[in-house]
Amino acid sequence: MSIELLDVHKAFGDKEILKGFSLTVEDGETLSVIGYSGSGKSVMLKHIIGLMQADRGSVHVDGKDVGALGGSGLTELRRNVGYVFQFAALFDSMTIGENVAMGLHRIPDMDEEEIEARVRECLSLVDLHDVCDRYPAEMSGGMKKRAGLARAIATGPKYLLYDEPTTGLDPVTVKVIDRLNIRLKEELGVTGIVITHDMDSAYRISDRIAMLYEGKMRVVGTVEEIRNSEDPLVRAFVEGRPELMEGVS
Amino acid sequence: MTHPALEPIQSVGRAVLALVRAVGQGGYLAAGAVRALRNTDIWAPHILTQMYQIGVASLPIALFVAMFTGIVLALQASYTLTGGVPAYFVGTLVGKTMILELGPVLTGLALAGRVGGSIAAELGTMRVTEQIDALETLAYDPLAYLVVPRVAAGLLMFPVVVALAIAFGVVAGWVTSMGLLDMGSAQFVKGLKIFFDPFDVTFAMIKSVSFGLIVTGVGSFFGFHTVGGAEGVGRATTRAVVVSTMLILVLDAFWAAVLL
Repeated sequence: MSIELLDVHKAFGDKEILKGFSLTVEDGETLSVIGYSGSGKSVMLKHIIGLMQADRGSVHVDGKDVGALGGSGLTELRRNVGYVFQFAALFDSMTIGENVAMGLHRIPDMDEEEIEARVRECLSLVDLHDVCDRYPAEMSGGMKKRAGLARAIATGPKYLLYDEPTTGLDPVTVKVIDRLNIRLKEELGVTGIVITHDMDSAYRISDRIAMLYEGKMRVVGTVEEIRNSEDPLVRAFVEGRPELMEGVS
Repeated sequence: MTHPALEPIQSVGRAVLALVRAVGQGGYLAAGAVRALRNTDIWAPHILTQMYQIGVASLPIALFVAMFTGIVLALQASYTLTGGVPAYFVGTLVGKTMILELGPVLTGLALAGRVGGSIAAELGTMRVTEQIDALETLAYDPLAYLVVPRVAAGLLMFPVVVALAIAFGVVAGWVTSMGLLDMGSAQFVKGLKIFFDPFDVTFAMIKSVSFGLIVTGVGSFFGFHTVGGAEGVGRATTRAVVVSTMLILVLDAFWAAVLL
């Protein structure tokens, strides 16, 4: 197994977000995590890369306990994990080219020429051309999101964590991102965890889909299992029918 | 339900807890920044940029404040020193006051607003837009990338800015004395020299280094711990300026009590 969350609890003040969440993601698979807004999906994802520490429980990546990793251990972990932020989180004082190059500057023995070539390659993978010298403020939300994805894949990570990569994008760009996601998995064996509300996209790219509800895992299964789920909560979410939730706990 | 009589005690308790938490977080940030010093490959490339932003770009406001302080000091000294007090004491008062007190403190206060506020707003915006998280995911230590170069530049550039401000203020006082007070240049310079002690300059530099640490450190602290959106950034910026200002005045009194 590659990524494992065991009985993870996380609270902010009095508000308990994760209440014993457990999940295992196998090497080379793409797992989508669905769930209502505010259910703790992004919080869960941040535990995997050590941006947040669990109050209780543990998170393991490649068998290493993320919570127990020190500075150099975390740096090593982060070299293998790409993170696509929900709102791109591009450095607004840098050009798009500089943003994508940031992670590459941390790779020893990579010269400027190689970095520049890799930046252009990654930007073209997400269908962005001639934007190297533009600043994030000069780009649309969708373009920023794609630039954020280019930055995350630039270092060739083993794992990719996507926080709503297609939200707010036009249908054509959603397909481009989905195709890239599938290509990364099939050609490079990248393991992905995708937080999404877009069920069409989730069905296209996922090997398995998990649902987080009220801080716990509600269900995890293959695409077919989720499509055919009898759980009214799952059906309400995937079919967008809130009336199915009435009386459900 | 709390008894109304206990509410003041609860308020005090909450304030003490918040202070203890802030001190703890500040210590944690400071320790992290010291540890981050070993990542020279991350912070060293940004030192010159920050020295320019914090030092060179602050010169106009620092010199503006110093110039008018020097002018007012000369005029007020002339107004105060009447009767049998020799006129050259105007030079003494301008020199001593600019070096020991007003040069470092007024520059420190001006830079608390310009530099401390700017650092808190910049890091605060980066925090609420997840840019600091993004740095971490790209294997950068955000303390090494953001805090160390700013604090180091503050430590290096505050003494330079203060020294120039002192010199500018003294020259402004000198020109004022000659132009408006019918004093000769020699008289002013005599007053300037007569009580001059090289330790005064050392004292001013020690103060300015400590002010540099406070302004950049406090700005970084509040920026780093910003929560909320635009409102949170505004709150962090205000707090950084207010706390820096207060700490500068406290430190000013501390150094006077310890070193003079």
